[in-house]
Amino acid sequence: MTLPFYSKNSAFENLLQQFAATGVQTCFHGRHISPQILANLDGSNWHLSDYKDRGGYQALRKILGQDGGAGLTPDQVIAEVKASGLRGRGGAGFPTGLKWSFMPRQFPGQKYLVCNSDEGEPGTCKDRDIMHYNPHSVIEGMAIAAYAMGITVGYNYIHGEIFSTYKRFEAALDEARTAGLLGDNILGSNFSFQLHAVHGFGAYICGEETGLLESLEGKKGQPRFKPPFPASFGLYGKPTTINNTETFAAVPWIIRNSGAAYLECGKPNNGGTKIYSVSGDVELPGNYEIPMGTPFSKLLELAGGVRKGRKLKAVIPGGSSSPVLPASIMMECTMDYDSIAKAGSMLGSGAVIVMDDSRCMVESLKRLSYFYMHESCGQCTPCREGTGWLWRVVDRIHNGLGRQNDLDLLNSVADNIQGRTICALGDAAAMPVRAMIKHYRHEFEAMIKENTLQSAVLASPVQTVNRSASQA
Amino acid sequence: MISESTKVRFEREVAKYPAVQKQSAVMACLQIVQQEQGFVSPESEKLVADYLGMAPIAVHEVTTFYNMYNQRPVGKYKLNVCTNLPCQLREGTKALQHLEQKLGVAMGETTADGLFTLQQSECLGACADSPVMLVNDIHMCSFMSNDKLDQLIDGLKSAEA
Repeated sequence: MTLPFYSKNSAFENLLQQFAATGVQTCFHGRHISPQILANLDGSNWHLSDYKDRGGYQALRKILGQDGGAGLTPDQVIAEVKASGLRGRGGAGFPTGLKWSFMPRQFPGQKYLVCNSDEGEPGTCKDRDIMHYNPHSVIEGMAIAAYAMGITVGYNYIHGEIFSTYKRFEAALDEARTAGLLGDNILGSNFSFQLHAVHGFGAYICGEETGLLESLEGKKGQPRFKPPFPASFGLYGKPTTINNTETFAAVPWIIRNSGAAYLECGKPNNGGTKIYSVSGDVELPGNYEIPMGTPFSKLLELAGGVRKGRKLKAVIPGGSSSPVLPASIMMECTMDYDSIAKAGSMLGSGAVIVMDDSRCMVESLKRLSYFYMHESCGQCTPCREGTGWLWRVVDRIHNGLGRQNDLDLLNSVADNIQGRTICALGDAAAMPVRAMIKHYRHEFEAMIKENTLQSAVLASPVQTVNRSASQA
Repeated sequence: MISESTKVRFEREVAKYPAVQKQSAVMACLQIVQQEQGFVSPESEKLVADYLGMAPIAVHEVTTFYNMYNQRPVGKYKLNVCTNLPCQLREGTKALQHLEQKLGVAMGETTADGLFTLQQSECLGACADSPVMLVNDIHMCSFMSNDKLDQLIDGLKSAEA
């Protein structure tokens, strides 16, 4: 093992290149509906010149008054984003324009803009495709946001596991800098904005915004108590705004076409299009950009329907942290924040995990609970201890060792995690447990019953006699 | 000693941050160390700490907190297969089992020839491409059916021969 870990040999590189994602199945399938961010992409047209051909950087030119107009003031930009009904695409769904208005614009010191591309919520792979195949949409969106909030320095924190996408984004940054679209005095104006890409290295918790800030500061990514919120105490203790990749990527379209036009694409309070990552038991897993408010049944159809012609059993509609919904409820939902919330779950990051009628919910919950145990940062006792406890109990039920009061125990542990931790990872671990038990209690009970029956046989007098006989 | 070529790479990362916030570059510096040496040794942590003006324990906290840093030497090819729920639903677990059989090791182990370390991993952020596998932290391999896994492993073995 004296050879370098990363072989520099080209045979190795070429071999691995054969297995790299091409985006053909997940992104360039032509099954989007009125796409904005993923429109007209083919995998090779990610460069600056291609982006400009698609109308790219016109929004930035417009606000800076480069094409003859008077330009937009920061207040006008924020008003436009507010009017669009754009809500945070990372999972919380907070109104973006409102978030931007929280930044103290007259603050005398340095302020920061951060893009959260630490896409690790199981089921989600949309930000990867945006950054890999349309990176300039994120760069332009961040530049516009920086202008609106009077920010001069930004970072895009990218999930460590998608290193080639991090490299791609760095290449796009170089193109933008060379063209005078980033850096000092952008396009000859007095607006300056420096943007850098940084990468994580395998910690789900860094997708939590304050965990991400800690990580950006070169520390363990343990979330901070809020308040103070990042808008007043963020990166290096300075006012900071953090938005998701897809949120930034939506902004240029809004500025080019107006907030009203964006709102029009979706439905009231849920403006625009949204990219859904559809995974699990469908024929054609991938990213689908569709207008907010599109029926779930339509999305399922775009993804080729349930795999192998099986029946739909359940859907986790917004990433692994969101409560599972049975097929009957899901088929009545439209894909937007309000409809999914009303049904008792969350739109989250838009990661739609589809499960067919052959799936065992105990096994599925076991895998999710293992994940939350593995990724708990260890800072808060209810989460650090509780996530392990949840996994151990679900694991023993799945292994046929469940006890009669285990479901009450699971709900009790979940109750004692939820709402009692610094960040939402505790809630994210507890919610799937409660929802699985709520909707699929019979599956858990059946496994437990099987075990208690077997135990009763083992504990029967005959067995006892046999055991003592063998001991004698 | 940090080599001059490594220092150039470190410097590029440090330049992204304010002069008084060099510590922010620690994740990138440790990634560079791992890429060059295969793992992050306590000696490397000390060198990075000195370079960035950090306490060695603060660097060690980073190495141990983030999943992808290797704290001890691993095989020449580190294979991380995602088995999180979306991947589990699409043969991710089967891909891991197939590799266990093919390589004759259990997950978490390294083959006797030192070529392969096989690990189960959490969400790689490529759920629609399942089964997915990350090779040596930077090469994501998508849609890894058993056939493609065989092709990849056989290819890597013959590149070594």
